[in-house]
Order: sequence, then C-alpha cells, then structure tokens
Amino acid sequence: MALLSIFKRHPTFDHGIYPVEHKDLTADKPIRRLPFAPELVIPLAQHRGAPAVPLVKVGQEVVRGEPIARAEGFMSVPMHAPATGVISAIALAPTADGPKTPAIVLKVYHAASQEVLYDLERDLGAMTPEEIVAAVQDAGLVGLGGAAFPSHVKMKPPAGKVIETVVVNGCECEPYLTCDHRIMLEQSEALIRGITLVLKATGAKRAIIGVEDNKLDAVAHLRAVLPKDLPITAEAVETKYPQGAEKMLIKSLLRKEVPIGGLPADIGVAVYNVGTLAQMGDLLPKGRGLIERVVTVSGPAVANPGNFMVPIGTPLRFLLGQVGLAADRVGEVILGGPMMGMAVASLDVPVTKAVSGVVALEREDPDLARRKVYPCIKCGECLKACPISLNPSMLGELALARQYEQMAGEFNLNQCFECGCCAYVCPSNIPLTQYFRIAKSINRDQHK
Amino acid sequence: MPRPIEIRTSPHLKRAISVDRIMRNVVFALLPICAFAVFQFGLSALLLLLTTTGVAIATEWFFSRMSERGSTVSDWSVVITGILLGLTLPPGFPLWMAAVAAFVGVALGKAFFGGLGYNVMNPALVGRAFVQAAFPVAITTWTPAFAPGRFVELIPSTLTMPFMRPEPVADWVAGLNLDAWTGATPLALQKFQHIEVPLLDNALGLVAGSSGETASLLILACGLWLAFRRMLDWRIPLSVMAGAALTALPFWLMDGNLYPTPWFVLCSGGLMLGAWFMASDMVASPVTARGAVIYGVFIGSLTVFIRLFGGLVEGIMYAILLGNAVGPLISSWTQPRIYGVVKKTRESSQP
Repeated sequence: MALLSIFKRHPTFDHGIYPVEHKDLTADKPIRRLPFAPELVIPLAQHRGAPAVPLVKVGQEVVRGEPIARAEGFMSVPMHAPATGVISAIALAPTADGPKTPAIVLKVYHAASQEVLYDLERDLGAMTPEEIVAAVQDAGLVGLGGAAFPSHVKMKPPAGKVIETVVVNGCECEPYLTCDHRIMLEQSEALIRGITLVLKATGAKRAIIGVEDNKLDAVAHLRAVLPKDLPITAEAVETKYPQGAEKMLIKSLLRKEVPIGGLPADIGVAVYNVGTLAQMGDLLPKGRGLIERVVTVSGPAVANPGNFMVPIGTPLRFLLGQVGLAADRVGEVILGGPMMGMAVASLDVPVTKAVSGVVALEREDPDLARRKVYPCIKCGECLKACPISLNPSMLGELALARQYEQMAGEFNLNQCFECGCCAYVCPSNIPLTQYFRIAKSINRDQHK
Repeated sequence: MPRPIEIRTSPHLKRAISVDRIMRNVVFALLPICAFAVFQFGLSALLLLLTTTGVAIATEWFFSRMSERGSTVSDWSVVITGILLGLTLPPGFPLWMAAVAAFVGVALGKAFFGGLGYNVMNPALVGRAFVQAAFPVAITTWTPAFAPGRFVELIPSTLTMPFMRPEPVADWVAGLNLDAWTGATPLALQKFQHIEVPLLDNALGLVAGSSGETASLLILACGLWLAFRRMLDWRIPLSVMAGAALTALPFWLMDGNLYPTPWFVLCSGGLMLGAWFMASDMVASPVTARGAVIYGVFIGSLTVFIRLFGGLVEGIMYAILLGNAVGPLISSWTQPRIYGVVKKTRESSQP
C-alpha cells in the first residue's frame, strides 16, 4: 500500500468510496438570489446546543436582519429575521428530524426589499480575540457544512489546548452538492477575511484550505487571490467520499488522527467549512446576523438545478417550486447530500442553517429499486470502505442478534459517524448504517 | 392528488452491485473452464457437470423451501457449488456418486448451517470430501484426456448403477491404444516416479486429472477477469499461489530430482482452480484484508506439505477445508486498527 501511494497525486485518507458525483448538474451555475417565500418558518433549534429564545411577539414587525431570538447561554446562537415582515405565529413546525419543534413564523411583506436594513459597522482590525468570538456568536454563525455546531465555541478550545492549525473544509464530498465550490470561486474575498478572523481569534499559526481535486479550478483561484503575507495555503486532496468528514480531512492534510473520544482541538486543530467562513467574513464587518445561506438544489427530479442564496426559513415547497420540481416523478427529497442527508416527510420543512443542499431523487431511481436484502456473504467490501476501519460486517451480524452492548464495547460502534460507506458498497443490500443508528440509540436509552 | 414523497434512511445512493450479480458473474467465469472440460473429456464430463449442478440446485430448492425464507436458488450461489463440484471430480466419475456428492455438499455443507452466508466451509469441497472418503477408488480413477470418440461414447464408469461397483475403465482405456497413457495424473507421476510432465502441457491442460482442474492458464485467465471486475478478492488466490510456490522452492533447491519445481506445483492438480474459485469463496474466507493474505498463504503452504509429505497425492481440498475452519480465527486476529486509536502509554492510562 505504501508503495502504491507514490502514484497518488493528492493526499488522502484510508478506505472510503467513489460514488458517482453528479456535480456537473450545478458546478457551473453561479449563486443566484431567490424571491422571498410568502411565509418563512424559523425553528429555534437549528443548531447543536440550547435552542434560541424568542425576542419577538406575535404581531410584531421586524426588518430584515433584526435579531428575533437570543442565544441561551454559550452553547447556543441567536436568530435574525431573514426578511422584513410581521411575526404571524410562534408555534410548532415540522422539521426533517421528525418531531415538530418550536419555530417563529414570519409573514413576509409583499415586495419586501432584499436589502439588509439592520447594520452595525465594526472595525475588524481593532477587535480583540474575545470580541471576535462574541461577535461570531452574535452573528448566529454555525457550521454550514451540515453539522450546525456553533462556530464561536470552536474558537475557544478547552483549557490547556492550543489551536495551531485551522483546517478550512472545501472538500464537499457529497454527490450533487456544489455550493461550497461556488463559494470558493465567487466569495473568496469574504472567505479569506473569515479565515483571518479565525486565525486571530484562535491564535493559530496557519490555515490550510483542503479542496477535493475535482475542484482544481477553485484551488487555482484561491492560490491566485491568497495574499502572500498571510499564512494561508490551499491544498488539493483526493476526490473520495467522505473526504469532507473532519477526521478524514485532518488525516489527509496533516497525517494526524483525532484520538478516539477526542476533539480536533486535542491535536491542535480546528475545522471550519468554507461556507461558514465566507459568511463570517461577510457578516462580521457589517455587524450583521446570518439570515441566508447558499444551497445547492439539484437531483434528477429538478428541472432547473442550481446554486441559490436562500433565506433561512424558506419552505422546501417554495424552493422546489422555483426550480421546477417534477411532481409526478419525485421520490425522495433529501436535505443535505444523498450519502448522509435526511429525507423529509413533508415539503413544509424549511431550509435551516445546516441545509447545504436539497436533492430531489426520482421515484423510479434504478439504484434504489433493486434492494433485495441477502444474508451477509462476508465479502469484506464494507471493511475496505469504512473510513474508521470498523468491521461493519461483524457489527451488522451483532445488530441482528441484538448484541448492542457488545457492538459498542468490543467493536467500537460509537466511532461510527454514519457516513454510509458500508451500506453503499454492500452487495447484500444490508441497511448497515441504519442498524448502527438504531443500535446507538438503544444503547443511549439504556444508559439514561 | 400528487403522490406522497418517499422516505428512506441514508445513504440514499447504492453501488450498483448485488449478491446475485456477483454470483452470476462467477458462473460466467466458470463457463469457459466447463467448456474446456467438455472439450477435453467429452460427453462424460458434460453429464457429470449437469448432474452435480442439477442435483445441487434441487437440493438447495428443497431445503430452502422447507425453511421460512422461501427458495434461495435465484441468488445463483448454488449453481457455483454445483459447477465447482463437477469440475473437481474425475471425468469418468459415476453419475450417481456425483449426485450423492452434490446432495451432501449442499445439504451438509450449506443448508444445515443456515444457507448462503452461514456455511463454515466451501459446500462443493464438503461434497467432494464426502465422496473421497466414501468412494476412494472411483475418485482416483483417471481417464486420458482427448480420448478419441469422447464426443460419441461415454467413459464406461459414468453410467454405473447406484450401489454397483463401477465398471473398470482399464480395459476401455487399453482399447483406445494410447501409447503414452500410464493411468496416472501428473501429480502422481511426480510424486511416485519423480517425472515432471512438460510445463506447457500442464499449464494448457493437455494432461489427465479432474475434469476441470487441468487447464491452469485458462483458470488463471477466468479468475483474473473476475478480479478485474472486482467480484473476487485477488488477495486470496495470489497468496495461495505465493504460499505454495514459496513453500515448494526450498525443497526443490535442496533436491531438484526428488521435489517438484515451484511452477509445476502451481500448474498441477487442483491448485489453480482451488486458489481462484474455492479458497476465494467469500463466505468461508476471512473478512479482513490482512486475514485474507494469511489464510491464502496458509492454504498454499499446507497444500504443498500434504503433496510432498502426506499420504495423498493432492492436498488442495483438505488445505482449503482446514483454511475455512481457521478462517474465523484469522479474522479475529487481524481486526483492523481503528482510526484514532492511540497506543496506551503508562502515563495516559492513569485516570
């Protein structure tokens, strides 16, 4: 294996898979703005941590950019009004996760302006690291790659840990998604400003932008625009799923592994998505909050796929209506990418801060049609696919035998981050990833 | 009213591969070997292959219908078992004995363990091992390759009545007037008379032997085709071959007259067929990549030891069955190192 690696052009991690990318559908589609939906639904819990607390009352008028909910403690972020309008309800609304959650419903004024009316100019050069962390929280920034982890929390590593390297994640390894690709091409200025802010806030010595080598145009563009006096480099890594998982990207770029049960901070690393940092670089100088994000809307059931700047809270029904959803052919509608994303049960689900893509697959998708489940034939494909080097074959057998404790204790079930590689390659069509999700949740319930 | 949207769990994409497709491709890869067997040994080989395959399918159908799962014939795995069994039997093997082998192989080797995915050993070899013990004479009765008239007449022992002594083939062979025929396979010739048949004859399959094991190069090509289509783990056959060649090498260097050359070892007997199509049986081989290599070397090496020092002329069958038996152990020894495992030092293990 070590001998073979000299033929590889770009650094990478062990194992993983090569699904068909389907990125050509949208890779050359510039980011465009969408009109406002008549009604925006803004869930209070769209991030990891404590839900935000509403600051507004039903019937209250808000302007685009105004705070409408405050952070509840450090592990939380505020919400801002994505459009000018009136609060029509604070009620339960459907989400992709299943149960309905409290949300602020905003009735958008007819012909409301796209201009943000709520500004608070700041002098970035004069800000201390603490002020930057506070400003990032005030902006309501969370990881826009899909994790929705509050960005400011990662800027303050646990006591005793020092961030030395900031890894900027521009891999975008999920099929269909191209929003990060477009951001790197179109918003590089804001991205570089965001990286500079994180470097200053964390005291890190350098930043590396990791980009899969199917986006070499983005690497070339970034290298051309990166100022020579900043410790920021752009590196190509192999196009392989799940390259964009932070553990994998750290391994590819730094040849280091995040210890089991630890955080990237334990090895002096903080990982940020390019979309997050581009928003940070855009929002912080103006003192604005996160009210919209770039979303790739794609898939075989979409007539006009593309990349769109979508106001937070836009219902999928409206969004898909704008791109021409083939209602007679649509099968699944997935938030995020098709490997790790979640299929929604209702098109009333809104776009939240974590939604990087909306992928509409066709009902007659031949890949999904032939899913007869055979017994495990121990072919070992899943072992060769698992980026964590687990033994999904054994874990699957144990799940069938309901040995959930043994799965966690002996076979490291909890290291699985549900990337889906095992289920993707399984010739027996065993829904391994789903087995592991269920086993983990049963174990969690047992230990409550 | 529009149809409701669908919900599934992630991943929502799936590689376009399935068990039945892999198994079907293995069958396709075996077909040229079957064709050569029929070309080489004639009608008897054809009937033998049809018998083992037919009985294997019928047995699988019967036992899977008895279970709640319903027929599992459509996964094609039993077709492989049937064909492989036929290929490992002597061309003149009585058909009723072949039927017994197929029944025992599928019933005892597969169905009783729970069917596809649960068999501990390769079912075809279980069947063959059974008849090797039950009919030791018939399974070592060889007939010449490319006998004249092989497409119009059967080898006399083929149509033996059940539970009757097979008709001796010696008289029939004598009637063929073949000058070079000694009644022994290249392996036996080497072992007992220390005569190696020419390498090319051996590699091309111009020699006597089990009906489908002689054409080493053809088997190699078919196996490579499967491996390139990613339907066969190349690690196992290559390590079987490496294990066999490397084990034979020092003995040959010590005494080249007594011991076979490594290339003879690779091209003779059932080594190639066993390495590419039986040791590589996914179900009965270790699941880890490193385990596959250890397992392969173990089988290759053991085969040579049985051949050189055992009472048997050929050892690949027992070597694979033993390899199957220790496979789970090898798997558990070779669990991969998990991402992020830090070597525990005395310091860090302190609470």
